[in-house]
Amino acid sequence: MPLNPILEYLWIIPLLPLVGSAINGLLGSKWPNKVVNAVALGTTGLSFLCALEAVREFFASGQQLFRKEFFDWIVAYNDLRIGFDLQLDQLTVVMLLVVTGVGFLIHIYSTGYMSHEGGYYRFFSYLNLFMFFMLILVLAANYTLLFVGWEGVGLCSYLLIGFYFLKKSAADAGKKAFIVNRIGDFGFMLGMFLLFRTFHSLDFQTLFAAASKAGVAVEPMGQFGVLTIACLLLFMGATGKSAQIPLYVWLPDAMEGPTPVSALIHAATMVTAGVYVVARSHILFTHAPTAMYVVAIIGCATAFFAATIGLVQSDIKKVLAYSTVSQLGYMFLACGVGAFGAGIFHLMTHAFFKALLFLSAGSVIHAMGGEQDMWKMGGLRSKIKVTFACMLAGTIAIAGFPPFAGFFSKDAILFSAYNSEPGGKILYGVGLFAAILTSFYMFRLIYLTFWGPERYDKHKVHVHESPRSMTVPLMILALLSLIGGWLALPAFWGRKNYFADFLAPIFGAEEVAGMDAAAAHSLELILSGVAVAAALIGLIVAWKMYSKGARQGTSTGLHKVLYNKYYVDELYQAAIVGPLMWLSRNILWKVVDVGVIDGTVNGIAHGTQAVGDTVRRTQSGNTRSYAVWVVIGAIVVFGIIFWPILRPVFNGTVLGGVR
Amino acid sequence: MVASGHLLSVLIFFPAVGALALLLLRNDDERFVRQITFAISLVEFLFSLILLWLVPIGAAGYSLEEFKRWIVAPPINYHLGVDGISMFLVILTTFLMPISVLASWKGVHFRLKEFHVMLLLLEVGVIGVFLSLDLFLFFVFWEIMLIPMAFLIGIWGHDRRIYAAIKFVLYTMAGSILMLVGIVWLYNTTGTFDLPTIQHMLQSGLLVLPARTEMLLFLAFFVAFAIKVPLFPLHTWLPDAHVEAPTAGSIILAGVLLKMGTYGMIRFCLPLFPDASHKAAPYVGALAIVGIIYGALVALVQPNLKKLVAYSSVSHLGFVVLGIFAFQNIAMQGAVYQMLAHGISTGALFLLVGMLYDRRHTFEISEYGGLSTPMPRLAAFFLFISLASMGLPLLNGFVGEFLILLGTYQVNWKWVAWAATGVILSACYLLWAYQRVFFGAVTHEKNRELPDTSSREKWLLVAMAVVTLWMGVQSPFFTRRIAASSRKVVEQSNGYQMHEAAAPSAKPAPAATGIPAASVAKLSTERLAVR
Repeated sequence: MPLNPILEYLWIIPLLPLVGSAINGLLGSKWPNKVVNAVALGTTGLSFLCALEAVREFFASGQQLFRKEFFDWIVAYNDLRIGFDLQLDQLTVVMLLVVTGVGFLIHIYSTGYMSHEGGYYRFFSYLNLFMFFMLILVLAANYTLLFVGWEGVGLCSYLLIGFYFLKKSAADAGKKAFIVNRIGDFGFMLGMFLLFRTFHSLDFQTLFAAASKAGVAVEPMGQFGVLTIACLLLFMGATGKSAQIPLYVWLPDAMEGPTPVSALIHAATMVTAGVYVVARSHILFTHAPTAMYVVAIIGCATAFFAATIGLVQSDIKKVLAYSTVSQLGYMFLACGVGAFGAGIFHLMTHAFFKALLFLSAGSVIHAMGGEQDMWKMGGLRSKIKVTFACMLAGTIAIAGFPPFAGFFSKDAILFSAYNSEPGGKILYGVGLFAAILTSFYMFRLIYLTFWGPERYDKHKVHVHESPRSMTVPLMILALLSLIGGWLALPAFWGRKNYFADFLAPIFGAEEVAGMDAAAAHSLELILSGVAVAAALIGLIVAWKMYSKGARQGTSTGLHKVLYNKYYVDELYQAAIVGPLMWLSRNILWKVVDVGVIDGTVNGIAHGTQAVGDTVRRTQSGNTRSYAVWVVIGAIVVFGIIFWPILRPVFNGTVLGGVR
Repeated sequence: MVASGHLLSVLIFFPAVGALALLLLRNDDERFVRQITFAISLVEFLFSLILLWLVPIGAAGYSLEEFKRWIVAPPINYHLGVDGISMFLVILTTFLMPISVLASWKGVHFRLKEFHVMLLLLEVGVIGVFLSLDLFLFFVFWEIMLIPMAFLIGIWGHDRRIYAAIKFVLYTMAGSILMLVGIVWLYNTTGTFDLPTIQHMLQSGLLVLPARTEMLLFLAFFVAFAIKVPLFPLHTWLPDAHVEAPTAGSIILAGVLLKMGTYGMIRFCLPLFPDASHKAAPYVGALAIVGIIYGALVALVQPNLKKLVAYSSVSHLGFVVLGIFAFQNIAMQGAVYQMLAHGISTGALFLLVGMLYDRRHTFEISEYGGLSTPMPRLAAFFLFISLASMGLPLLNGFVGEFLILLGTYQVNWKWVAWAATGVILSACYLLWAYQRVFFGAVTHEKNRELPDTSSREKWLLVAMAVVTLWMGVQSPFFTRRIAASSRKVVEQSNGYQMHEAAAPSAKPAPAATGIPAASVAKLSTERLAVR
């Protein structure tokens, strides 16, 4: 027995869900739900336990970084070696626990939520497969293996969004998600290639060691050196996966998938992969301030832009989807201003409260018999009390009220943004305004759903609380949404920032340059107050507008623009998809391929045929014409044979005059 | 080790013997004809696996050489040999052959015996092409392969089969005539048809081709191969040939025949005409990229599923050509790998399309829709293979694409920036086609009761899927065996360049090519004088 059994066999953590997926996928179709449950929950639960044990062993061994090579995957001579190499460090630990922990809770929830759905085994097979790829993503020790997870979670997202494949909208949404992600992957791949060209390795350890060597200069702002371009390309991948401007368009559509999927993949784990990659590559990014700045601006813009769309949506899941896009923007803002720890912290708290919100929304939808339009809900708070309480907890957390988790993580981000250069105050201002919007749209959701008159047909909808399998995960997540933030209490609360200390070996201690501790504390205190005030503003406005039963008006003006998501989908369709299809069909295929190239080929063929057709006429079958040809031929032959004799005659008579 | 001395000959001629034996059988016992052919092709496959043991890993030269004088004047020899590249192409061929026989189990009834004879003769030609080390012998097999394929399309094809068969033959002939001129010209210059001998002469400086001659010779060979690949704009025979060919024909055509073009580039164009290859590379690379994007875009809008897959081949083979003409180790290895991967995944796609055709007798995408409901297993396999084709990591398509793009990026990032858009587009056309065929509600009554995969079909697909996955996860099994040979091609294509600035130490010692002494002695040195 090796000293650290799980650490030495780290692959067991991703492998377990893969086995579960394979078993359910291949055999599950004939099994009752209970057996499928046992396989799916057993493997993910075991994987969670293994992850816990691995983390324990990791800290017990006191290493900075655990890294192990399992087998070669892609090899080209000595020039390139890409292996199945897994690694564990503090950053991975956070991701690992979030993925397995939240993942396991959502698996439990799904057994209740999906119990009446067809394709039960298929659902769990995909969900387990997703766990496999996500764990590969966070455990990978090189960019290419990370890319395996990266593409793999995209695949599972495709499969799960399109789970109800009989619906065209679901199939469309799945396809859109995959293709938009592929556009990001295009950047990610080019980024990898550039890094390989520069450092001759894609291995994290080698690459980051090379990049942090003294000789590697930080590329000043505005200079597009290798690292800046590489970071921007990687970030392009991140904008796809983590739904940032301009590639965010797939995420709202992804809500076509079953709600547990939205919670697990499109809120808690997969969409944060982009943030993880940026944080993982922080050594590269800190050498490329231009790229950092772009990340901050894109993140900040997305946080604001998505929040404005979220203000007016009527589908409960769409609100949460735009909220996710917006919150992911905060995480990128944090990374962009160098507060990687705060970004990862928000990633973790967001995983708790956003999973909670989605699952609660699922519980509401379940209670309403499938209805997702908030304008057809109302007054539910007394009927589904557990769901209501849990959803309220999530809302308070995301809106940023202390002592819930979101307050601490969002506060840390805004604080870092405020202190960043250049333009930190603007980033802070926009971020703060987005926080007001966040609070508003979340409480709007709460009021529309749980307050006011009952806007549904009571004879058709029998509102009922969800089963235990669904409410227990909700309660656990609600608890985490409350206490999750306490890991990183701000300094003025007089407590240690455990989370920052924990991640310090990776990102270094986060300190505000040029400011003493006391000044920083008082500034942080002030900014916290402002943030709470912002959340309160959102709450109060929402309360005024929606708590007493608002009515859905006709959409006009700005509201209509927001409701239609700024018409970005239509713009992409008109500017890119449509023209490309038209070009392909009417020019490339019908003109170039069939007309020009094949036309030329067939033209040559027809030309040959025509020549043959003409020459053929000499074979007339007419004896007299043959005789003429014989005579002509004989003359020519004689002419050639006797040419030496005839030449002087010709020269003398015919051409003589010329000479 | 009885056979090992003549293993390559056995590999080439065993199917021919099988075809002869088949001719003696009665035509009316369909099942027996099929079983015999399947057994022959399976035995052939097992024979070819012996190569894995006999071809040493890490040796760049040819192994298992066979040398017999065939014609004295001009000195044409029966010279065979295998290296890491051709070994896997042979195995790919022998693997796809039993698959093709099984794929035709239900679909083909007309002149069944002749059909299988043609398949086996096709195998003779293809394996001969991959194993020939004599230019003339190579040409002979190149032409032999043409005839059974033309018959397969022309007799057992679909509605426009005659048109497609003639187009296929004439297109290929146009190229191979040029190649024949090139071969004869090369003989006039060197006095030999023997490939290793010519390579040796080039390497040792015995033979220096003037730039103009080299370019013309390069073009003569290259055009023939480019038609076969097919490289844009010489590709228009492919969609017609594929759509009209029976399933087995399509599998072999896409799986193996196209690779003869890229194999020819690797085996002849680069090592024999390195300077010309370098001069042509910018244009070839551009055409490859155009092919990648163009093929994908045209595939996107095809209403015909089989044509869609055919155009996707144009796109995928563009990657291979790009990797070859990057003259870079990683890219070259990727190109060879991609040839194998494409052979499996596109072969499997045609197999699947053929299964749909067997049920509904149409390739029109609009005739399908919602097939996931009646045939979930087939839908799952189709998705799996599509994902492999669009290069999802852990499946075979990714490794090749990744190596090609990564390697090419090291020498020319702009090419890669363009080529990588093909990665996006492949997802577009495959997923969109998949959605229209398999997702949604069943739209045509006829499709409602379609049977799912039979056990024969299921095991066929399992075999393809297992290889797809295995190649995607365990690529070193292949790349270790390809490495030395593909590296040698890159070295040869870069190494002869006389006036390179590269440090002499970087230049590899010429590997022993095992030139038969007889043919070296026959070199008439006066012929080496440059014309």
